[in-house]
Amino acid sequence: MSKIITLLKKDFLLELRQQHTFFGILLYVASTIFVLYLAMGQPESTVYDGLFWMIQLFVCINAVAKSFMQESKGRMLYFYTITSPVQFIISKLIYSSVIMLLMVLVSLILFWVLLGNPVMNPLQFIGIACLGGLSLSLVFTLMSAIAAKAHQNAAIMAILGFPLIIPQLLLLIRLSKSAFGEVFREGALLQITLLLIGLDILVVVLSVVLFPFLWKD
Amino acid sequence: MKLKWWKILCMVFLCFTFTAGFLIRVPMVGNLHQSIRNFFFHVPMWFGQMGLLSLSLVYSIAYLRTQNLRYDIYASELAKTGIIFGLLGLATGSIWAKYTWGEFWSNDPKQVCVAIALLIYMAYLVLRGSMNDIDKKARISGVYNIFAFFIYIPLIMIVPRMVQSLHPGGMEGAKGGGNPALGGGSLDATMEMIFWPAVFGWLLLGIWISNLKIRLYLLANKNVIHE
Repeated sequence: MSKIITLLKKDFLLELRQQHTFFGILLYVASTIFVLYLAMGQPESTVYDGLFWMIQLFVCINAVAKSFMQESKGRMLYFYTITSPVQFIISKLIYSSVIMLLMVLVSLILFWVLLGNPVMNPLQFIGIACLGGLSLSLVFTLMSAIAAKAHQNAAIMAILGFPLIIPQLLLLIRLSKSAFGEVFREGALLQITLLLIGLDILVVVLSVVLFPFLWKD
Repeated sequence: MKLKWWKILCMVFLCFTFTAGFLIRVPMVGNLHQSIRNFFFHVPMWFGQMGLLSLSLVYSIAYLRTQNLRYDIYASELAKTGIIFGLLGLATGSIWAKYTWGEFWSNDPKQVCVAIALLIYMAYLVLRGSMNDIDKKARISGVYNIFAFFIYIPLIMIVPRMVQSLHPGGMEGAKGGGNPALGGGSLDATMEMIFWPAVFGWLLLGIWISNLKIRLYLLANKNVIHE
């Protein structure tokens, strides 16, 4: 446990010291949404919903990609000697979820400021957005590990991750329609939410089980 | 030529499917008419695909446990045959859909799920192609294969049951009870008698095709892969 905290501390400290990467992603988020605003003005709720999740997807690829790719080969060897793979992947999962949640909140604010607010139930939408950000970042963390091990760029991560994330993304888009005032069959909302949470747990378990195989070279 | 028993079984089953499947009297269900015979070809493709992909998963796990490169070859060739079965299932399904639902593609949840499955396994092949070191390729793609299978399978088991679908066995499927693969009560006794042999026949054919491809690969790379 203390090792996980130490690893997390190191990641956040790096984030604080190398602010250019963090601000780079922030700028990426801001400029994408600004371009959207220039292109569409204030779209209606279906378009808004779809656009929001697409932006989250691309932000996630950019934000989470570096979690493994920033580690050089020498540094990975160093981690190999001081920690266990399970601790390492758990710290990475937490780190990328935190970064992604931050990005989700920033893009929510920007969406509200620039693209208007067709959301009828803001609190619910924030909750769904956070759940979605969590799901996205968990899946892409392991994809980032695979892509980094394959010595590939972020493109391969997108190729691997997109098909895997489509089902969850479709569920999220459906779920967030409820925040735009669409009425659902009784119990369906809870069902989808539980399904998403269940999938998140599954992803975490799989990452913990599978990462040790990726780890050793 | 040495024939194994299961290859003979496969041929017998498929001959049976192709003769009896076209000749028997079929029940008239809704607007399906004679196109219901496609049931013996379209649905077994999905059983075949699931079977092959599950076998591929088993070999990926076996590879990660034993580091024997043969298992990695098995996993990749089985996945490739699984993709071919998926494409065939999509083709037979689209043609069937054109004449019963009016469109080749109508964004039915099951069609979407299949498209996702094909994308996932094509990504698996892209990942394999992107690495040269065979040990590394085997290990990393094995991890991806396992991860993808466990994300994908729960979804195709759960999602089609939650939403409306044109396929039988959707959320409000009559007697289907929500099984995404079968129409439940709409299958009568004679059809069932042909359907199950068809399923096993096609599955065995898939294994046979993969088996040939694996043997070819192992022969071509004899100097790389040792026992």
